[in-house]
Parts: sequence; structure tokens; C-alpha cells
Amino acid sequence: MIWPAARALVVRDLRLLWRRRGDALQPALFALLVVVLFALALGSEARTLSKVAAGVLWVAVLLSGLLALDTLFRGDAEDGSLEQWMLAPVPLAWLVLVRTLTHWATTALPLVVAAPVLAELLHLPRAQLPVLMASLLLGTPLLSLLGAVVAALTVGMRRSGILVALLALPLYVPVLVFSAGSVAASAQGFDPTGGLLYLAAGLAVALVLAPLATAAALRIAHA
Amino acid sequence: MRPSLPLLDVQGLRFSRNEAVVFGPVDFPVAEGEALLVQGDNGAGKTTLLRVLAGLLPADEGTIRIHGAPTTPATRAATLAYLGHLPALKADLTALENLDFLCGLHGRRGTQSPEGAMAVVGLAGYEDALARQLSAGQKKRLSLARLWLSPAPLWLLDEPYANLDLQGIELVNRMVQAHLREGGAALVTTHGAYAAPPVRTRLLALAKPA
Repeated sequence: MIWPAARALVVRDLRLLWRRRGDALQPALFALLVVVLFALALGSEARTLSKVAAGVLWVAVLLSGLLALDTLFRGDAEDGSLEQWMLAPVPLAWLVLVRTLTHWATTALPLVVAAPVLAELLHLPRAQLPVLMASLLLGTPLLSLLGAVVAALTVGMRRSGILVALLALPLYVPVLVFSAGSVAASAQGFDPTGGLLYLAAGLAVALVLAPLATAAALRIAHA
Repeated sequence: MRPSLPLLDVQGLRFSRNEAVVFGPVDFPVAEGEALLVQGDNGAGKTTLLRVLAGLLPADEGTIRIHGAPTTPATRAATLAYLGHLPALKADLTALENLDFLCGLHGRRGTQSPEGAMAVVGLAGYEDALARQLSAGQKKRLSLARLWLSPAPLWLLDEPYANLDLQGIELVNRMVQAHLREGGAALVTTHGAYAAPPVRTRLLALAKPA
């Protein structure tokens, strides 16, 4: 039962994405904008840029994720789909997990794929690229899972833009510190695996616990 | 499954919001092959009663038993199909795509196809129309098609007649009748002006609490 439901949800989300492909590009365009503006503002000196490249990239990815967060459950809450999720014979947490991962794959994954190009734009030393990619691959799903809890808590509110950001940022800070920190560590010649392992551990825990917390928050927000 | 136990048995069910009683306590059983007509004015708690039964809201006190056993989310999901005020349709998907998703979520009666259900509710030919282009009545009909495909024996219908034309009202009655004949049951809320389905009905009158 849980696989047909997951498949139906993924197919629905991909169809919706295709119908509104203009909207789907927004997070990626936003991140591109931030990176380009930073590159312009800091000047074209490669040495300055390469020092801040990893940090700028991570902030761009994080902010664009925050921008996309509000769409995670809002539409489904407003048209009553969420009620039907709660009444379905599969656990709500499972549907939440599938929805969050689809959302990650459609909003954050394109950015991760584009990251090498953006890194080139910011003159990130090539040697640090593998560490950056590893931190993005571990960190962005973690951001999505944590963000889902916050999005669920605020789903009952009509206008929650800045509130989502305020609630999510404290949860996002450790992810940012460990991921940008591991790239910085590798730039200084230290071993970056510590930070990456922390991210991986966080991701493992969040994969299990975040959907449960999100499901509980959705039930509360919707009652 | 002992036949003597009613499909749904509600005892002493009460719900209040911010200390104000919304409805109850109410007691009623619903047996297979039976429809319960929940009547009451606007604000009498009909919708809230259905949402509590569906498990979307927690009851203050009272018990809800399905086949004599206390409800769990799993038994609820297997027994109940809920038609609320919100249609749960995605405006950017076609009618058939919407139906496909909801069937994937809730499961589907083996004997029915989504196309067949659309024909039953009078939406044949609208399979590829986007849900945003359907009228309110047609959306309601699409939700009825979802219900028709659902394997759940107990239908919770919240104002199923709203937005429907005369044929639509008759369609709801016909569907409830067919569903009951197959051993299902239904709870139907209405504020009383409409014709009730021509089946064995029990009446539950909800009054606005003083």
C-alpha cells in the first residue's frame, strides 16, 4: 500500500511541476542571482572571490531553499489535499517524507547540479569542489527535512513568509556552519571529513525523525 | 466480523472549541445498509461531527467504535471515505489525473475504473479538462467519482448536495442507494431542504447548543 501511494504522489508532483515549469525555475534563478550579485559586488579579483566562494554558494542555496519552503504544504492545505492525506491508509509521515524528498529533488537538486558552474564563476579552487559537492549533497536534504517541520507548523497561517524564515534559520545555522566549515577546513589544508560526518549523521537522524515531527505539526496546525 | 455489531457505533461523543460546546454529547449507531441523515442549522456542528468521526479533529469525550472495536488510524482509513467542503483537487491537473492520484492514495475498488466512475457521475468527455476549468458542480461530481472508486464501506458526506443541479442531487441519491445495497453505509449532512436518499434512513438532529 505504501509504495503505490508514494508513486501516485511523486507522479502528481512531477505533473504539477511540468504544468508550472515557470514557477519551478524560481529557486534556481534566485540562487544564480545571489551568486552573480556577489561576484559583481566583490570585484573580479580571483583571490578575494575564491576565499568566500564556498560561503556565498552555501548562503545562496540556503536562501533559495527558504524561498521555496512556503510552497511545500501550502497548496495542499488550501485545497483540502492534506485532509485526504490524513485519511489515507498510509502513515502521514510517509507521505510527508515522499513529498519533502520530491520537493528537494525539484528545488535543491538542480542547484546542486549547477553548483560546479557557479563555483567556477566564483573562482572556487578546483581541489575544494569535491568537498563542496559532498557538503551540498548531504546538507540540502537536511535543510529540506528541517524546513518541512517549520513549513508544517506555519501551514495554518495565511501569510507566514518572514515567520518561516525566523523559525527555520536557527535550525539551518548548524547545517551552514558544518558544511561551509568543512569546505573552509579543506581550503586550509585540514581534513574536512569531520564536518561532513556530522552532516551525514544529522541527515540520518532527520530522515527518521523529521517526517514524524512534520506529520504531528501538520495535524496540530490543521485541527 | 460479527453481523450483530454495527459498522459504526458512537457513544457520548462531544466536542468543544475553546470551552464552548460545538455539539454533543451524541449517541448513534450506523449499521450496514443504512444511512444516517445529520440535520441541523448552520453552525449546529454537522461538519465538525463528521471531521471528528473522520479523525481530523480529536473528540473531547465519548467513544467511536468500528465493528465494535475502538478506532485506530488504520481501521479509520480502511473504513471511512470523507467528502468535505474542500474538493482536494489540483487546479493544474486534469480531471483524470486528479482521480488517478486520489485512487493511488486511498486504494480503489477492483471492479471499477476511473473512466467508468467519471461516466457514472456524468463527467464523460471531461477526462482531459483541467480541474480549474470545471464548474463548482462538476468539481463536486469529480469528488463523488473519487468516492465511488473508494473501497471504504462508510461514506461521510458533508453537504453532498451543495452546488449540484437537480440531476446532481438525484445522482447523489442514486449513488448512496447503490452503495447501501452493496452493504455500505453513509452519513449525510444536510440542512434539511433537500430530498433525502430513498433508503433506510435514521435521523440525527443537531441543535445549536444554548
